[in-house]
Amino acid sequence: MIRVILPFHLRKLAKVDGELELEVPAPVTVRAVIDAIEESYPNLCGTIRDHDTLKRRPFIRFFACKEDMSLEPPDTPLPEAVLKGEEPFLVVGAMAGG
Amino acid sequence: MSKVRVLVGTKKGAFILTADGKRKDWQVSGPHFAGWEIYHVKGSAADPNRIYASQSSGWFGQIIQRSDDGGKTWNTPGSSPEDLKSPDGFPKGESNKFTYEGNAGTHKWYDGSQHPWEFKRVWHVEPSLTDPETAYAGVEDAAIFKTTDGGKTWKELPGLRQAKGHLWQPGAGGMAVHTILLDPKNANRIYVAISAGGAFRTDDGGKTWKPINRGLKSNFELPDPDAEVGHCVHRIALHPSRPDVLFMQKHWDVLRTDNAGDQWTEVSGNLPTDFGFPIDVHAHEPETIFVVPIKSDSEHYPPDGKLRVYRSKTGGNDWEALTKGLPQKDCYVNVLRDSMAVDQMDPCGIYFGTTGGQVYCSPDGGDTWDAIVRDLPPVYSVEVQTLK
Repeated sequence: MIRVILPFHLRKLAKVDGELELEVPAPVTVRAVIDAIEESYPNLCGTIRDHDTLKRRPFIRFFACKEDMSLEPPDTPLPEAVLKGEEPFLVVGAMAGG
Repeated sequence: MSKVRVLVGTKKGAFILTADGKRKDWQVSGPHFAGWEIYHVKGSAADPNRIYASQSSGWFGQIIQRSDDGGKTWNTPGSSPEDLKSPDGFPKGESNKFTYEGNAGTHKWYDGSQHPWEFKRVWHVEPSLTDPETAYAGVEDAAIFKTTDGGKTWKELPGLRQAKGHLWQPGAGGMAVHTILLDPKNANRIYVAISAGGAFRTDDGGKTWKPINRGLKSNFELPDPDAEVGHCVHRIALHPSRPDVLFMQKHWDVLRTDNAGDQWTEVSGNLPTDFGFPIDVHAHEPETIFVVPIKSDSEHYPPDGKLRVYRSKTGGNDWEALTKGLPQKDCYVNVLRDSMAVDQMDPCGIYFGTTGGQVYCSPDGGDTWDAIVRDLPPVYSVEVQTLK
């Protein structure tokens, strides 16, 4: 089971509280996790990555095990700790700054 | 007794303001979609409980929300479990998918080069006058989309961008279809207005469109002041009884046409400034129109710090300032293009919202004004439903 933490606004949109726990088929990659999020919560389609190009939206970041995986190829395997459920995969809204 | 429901889109959420026919005591509901930019909220004339909202965010993109109970509860269209499965079993979640038809092509960019069309957000949702399941969406980069399934899916009417779209060039505020007017007497006729694009009309239900900008003059915005496209039209409005008569607030100039846009005539008359954003028509007097003069394109606030609505009872040229109840000193708010609306009561109510977060109501056709609310986030849009 993969633990996923969504940002506040996406939790509200998906009408969920707290972490998600998702079954993600191997190999568990960034792409596979986003696929699983969208399959379980279809109204999040288009909010994390583009509908057509599947590119990450510019102000969305992906963190895991204190690493920024946003710029990694989407088929990069996630760290072992995420696969074991010891660490969550974080979808983050980038800082607004200002 | 009739009542009114005012739908307000703001920079940080939507608000619903309700009152009885006296329009004195108001209840405020919201924020709905707190923290999100709500460009527009509008109810269906065919089913007042059906309301569409455009919700967007720089982080998370576009969302379409729909209420089927007059704004009490909201859902992204098609989000019930049975809706979300395509025939092959995969989820769809396409209510926020706005994909340009075919090879999207290009439009003019700031440096004069051609630039690919890129969807940014929905500025305006215009529900059909007769079918709650049908609505049109005006989007940035400028295009018009249509849904016939209550917002679950959207399909572009690409003919609009073929009306010299390659010559449209965004201004600093973006390039969006911000106004959609449906002709109540001719289901095949639709008018749209595009910032930095102009006004356009279809007479075949959206298949083909033509520019309707003859008579517009943009001396300081375009190299050719009489260009066929490219004018920065801020807003157009019509009265349902006379859909061939349109009124326009352009970047500079207030204009009217009496032949469905084939020829426009300036009617700025004695306005203190003819720059502004919204324009609207009295519900029962087709020649009575309202604008809010703004000092200039460089200074987006009322002249002299006085917030004044101007009313013409002659379809333009002769204007009177309406000031009772509006701040007449130290007021430096703006009123955006989609932030004025009228109800169907008698006397007609006029409403507008400001970038300072006030929503004003005049229950007597503009003679006197009072603020319904004073401290909302900056107001992007105001619509009114008159309910039995």
